Amino acid sequence: MKIRTVAYIFREAFRSMWQNSWMSIASVSTVAVSLLILGLSLVLVMNSNHLADTIESELEIAVFMQTDADAREVQRVGERIGNHDKVSEVIFVPKEEGLANMRRTLGDQSDYFRALGNENPLPDMYRVKASNPNDVAPLASELEGISSVEKVRYGHGVVEQILSLTYWVRMGGIAVMGLIGAAAVFLISTTIRLTVFARQKEITIMKYVGATNWFIRWPFLLEGMFLGFFGSVIAVSFLFFTYTNVITYVQSYIPFVPLRSDTDFLVTISQILLATGVFIGALGSTISLRKFLKV
Amino acid sequence: MIQMFNVSKTYSNGVKALLDVSVRIQKGSFVFLVGPSGAGKSTFIKLLFREERPSGGQIIFNGRSLIRMRDKDVPHLRRQMGVVFQDFRLLPKKTVFENVAFAMEVVEGPVKKIRQRVPQVLDMVGLGSKANLYPHQLSGGEQQRVSIARAIVNDPMLIIADEPTGNLDPETAKEIMDLLLDINRRGTTIIMATHARDIVDSMRQRVIAIEGGRVVRDEERGSYEKEKDTET
Ligand SMILES: Nc1ncnc2c1ncn2[C@@H]1O[C@H](COP(=O)(O)OP(=O)(O)OP(=O)(O)O)[C@@H](O)[C@H]1O
Ligand SMILES: [Mg+2]
Repeated sequence: MKIRTVAYIFREAFRSMWQNSWMSIASVSTVAVSLLILGLSLVLVMNSNHLADTIESELEIAVFMQTDADAREVQRVGERIGNHDKVSEVIFVPKEEGLANMRRTLGDQSDYFRALGNENPLPDMYRVKASNPNDVAPLASELEGISSVEKVRYGHGVVEQILSLTYWVRMGGIAVMGLIGAAAVFLISTTIRLTVFARQKEITIMKYVGATNWFIRWPFLLEGMFLGFFGSVIAVSFLFFTYTNVITYVQSYIPFVPLRSDTDFLVTISQILLATGVFIGALGSTISLRKFLKV
Repeated sequence: MIQMFNVSKTYSNGVKALLDVSVRIQKGSFVFLVGPSGAGKSTFIKLLFREERPSGGQIIFNGRSLIRMRDKDVPHLRRQMGVVFQDFRLLPKKTVFENVAFAMEVVEGPVKKIRQRVPQVLDMVGLGSKANLYPHQLSGGEQQRVSIARAIVNDPMLIIADEPTGNLDPETAKEIMDLLLDINRRGTTIIMATHARDIVDSMRQRVIAIEGGRVVRDEERGSYEKEKDTET
């Protein structure tokens, strides 16, 4: 395509956006709202995934031996765990150390210990770290299957709750975004339809003198894409502003909640929003052109 | 240059606008299409620049079949033709110059060539001094000159005019005809549908008469109606 043609297409696209300014504003705002919702759910989902990852990677599996297992057996199990390829670290906690730890937390004089006399009720234990957080659950159940292992514990409840929250955020986000996105597509296609009607005469003349179909279509397509693009720019700026404020707030008041604040994260979200906005715009104008621009 | 073989056109509502029309039009000729209202003249013209497709028959333009032609080649077909209508079809928000330049812009003509060619064509149609006026500031005849300028600016080999003098008084119509004749003398083929009896009779060009969708008469140096003396 010639540079002159590109210039013409841009000029025409902006001219009709300007001429239909109210419809343009309505379309841009709807796109902005729907993308803002998309953006917010993305932020939530990606943060909860991040949170779940963080928690999972700090998860330890506690492997309790049977109390009657003898020292050789305990050592054999320890070697077996240590050689497992999903395990990154094993720490042996003998029952004496476990008891000492417990005394420290509960206080030496506790009635509890007096009642026990000199007996140690605790089993030997291994603290195991998985090399990959996703392996925690399967690894735990595998370790539980070893014969002289009494039981296995890890903090699974938390992770599952976070992941199910992520799921609902994602579903809700998709549903709402779908609805408002459809409204945005509809509004853009209406805007483009108005433009097509307003310029019916020009279009007819263009056809008569032999303008190609794409030459006729491009300004309308571009107009739609720009409406989508402007909407997404608004959504992105709003999201940036809000999110940076939220991060500052969270980091100073509840610093233990791990939020993603890296630029990669924000760039990814902006790219998704911009692409979706342009796509919504192109879709809206294509619908209108198919219906109303018989060339 | 144009050959029609047994062309018929039935619109989707069932109206048979053309029936079994066969004509051959030579390059450089001037042809009047005459006939009562609803005879099929405009349909004939629409088939030529492929605004409509025939329901049967074959149309050859410049050695190419308009029936087999793919939609994407239609713009290039139309660049070889200029169309002129009764209602001028100018863009009201564009000046005379811009209206004519528009036809070159949308076929991606070079800016330099546009600046050079448009004034030249406006001079030719006698509007050299009105390039910066808007259509509403012009008389009907002047508006039609603009639309003719737009039709010829891309140097087409064929001008198709559907009642170009229909909205004009006889004096102005005569001037427009002189202009068209001038264009024809420079080698452009012209096909013109009209109800203007005096124009057809005074110019003595080829006349194709259509009635009820059929060609009922086709004469070189013909007249608007079948001549009484040749009839008896
Ligand atoms: N798009 C269309 N759809 C259906 N019927 C049509 C269409 N265009 C024309 N017709 C019909 O086809 C017939 C021929 O119409 P056409 O316009 O070719 O006549 P015409 O000779 O140009 O008449 P006039 O001198 O009044 O302009 C008429 O009966 C008309 O009603
Ligand atoms: Mg007609």
